Amino acid sequence: MSWLEKIFGSSQPKSAQLARERLTLVIAHQRAENEGQPDFLPDLQKELIAVISKYVKVSSDDIKVQLEKKGNYEVLEVNIVMPEPGVR
Amino acid sequence: MTEHNNQIRENPVTRIIVVTSGKGGVGKTTTSASFASGLALRGFKTAVIDFDVGLRNLDLIMGCERRVVYDFVNVIHGEANLNQALIKDKHCENLFVLPASQTRDKDALTEEGVEKVLKDLEHMGFDYIICDSPAGIEHGAIMALTFADEALVVTNPEVSSIRDSDRILGILQSKSRRARDGQEAVKEHLIVTRYSAKRVEEGEMLSYKDVQELLRVPLLGVIPESETVLQASNSGAPVIHSKESEAAEAYQDVVARFLGEEREMRFVNYEKPGLLKRIFGGA
Repeated sequence: MSWLEKIFGSSQPKSAQLARERLTLVIAHQRAENEGQPDFLPDLQKELIAVISKYVKVSSDDIKVQLEKKGNYEVLEVNIVMPEPGVR
Repeated sequence: MTEHNNQIRENPVTRIIVVTSGKGGVGKTTTSASFASGLALRGFKTAVIDFDVGLRNLDLIMGCERRVVYDFVNVIHGEANLNQALIKDKHCENLFVLPASQTRDKDALTEEGVEKVLKDLEHMGFDYIICDSPAGIEHGAIMALTFADEALVVTNPEVSSIRDSDRILGILQSKSRRARDGQEAVKEHLIVTRYSAKRVEEGEMLSYKDVQELLRVPLLGVIPESETVLQASNSGAPVIHSKESEAAEAYQDVVARFLGEEREMRFVNYEKPGLLKRIFGGA
């Protein structure tokens, strides 16, 4: 640490802040695994596939439904992989 | 008076408390020894059990290593009775140590065997049984937490310790007897150890509030990093007995809060040295 930094403080991000950010992610992940996904997700996924299949040709693997906890709120993420153009 | 005191006086029940962490070397045995001693100093009949079969250390921290004749596994196997194996602490009147076996492996602990020893201690009129868990999430650690009513989760303000504490919390919530039987959940308490208010102030260490927010467990106490912890283990007297030690006072606060008393958090604030001191040395 230089004498200037000693007086005015360093402008680099503090390592404790990094630790907090990394742990927030790791723990959210760990808890999601522990608690398991809520039981309505498989049904939701099936119905979504049924609806989307009416309009676009997708297989069951192309739709992923996930619930993630971010802080105090939950995010429902629905990921649909569209078929290649031309197959439609 | 306090919730705990009332429970003990009016309706005598033994409370089983596991001291656990997941990660090793964070201060489980130090905490077990001082917490058990603190309860005994308050007049509660207390037993502290070393669950670290194969790697016993509680006897050293309590300073009774030369008086170990029989151990926890001997009692489980019926080779000795509890009275023969319990070692009376030399510092406190109401405190007894049940050492771990040095030669067996952790599988020597069976759920039925552990349950019977805990039941017998209950019949002997113990107010508190402190279970000093081994590190890890294997059999020994599971046995230590299975019968717990309450848990002290010992955590250093450091990434691997915090993640491991979160893991052990998940295990408490799924594998403890209370969880399996659908009873009221194990009451969790957080103890942050090896805390440096200075490094927190400098942004190089997670604050106790950060740790608490991450783990979401009520905070029971913060134990400052202190030279007296090593001195205490060198001499075989739990650090809570050390005079003029911040760690000792912090452990006394932990015991007081556990018994329902209000105590302000101490040793968590750092006074920044003035500008001149920073230029001309010191801190």
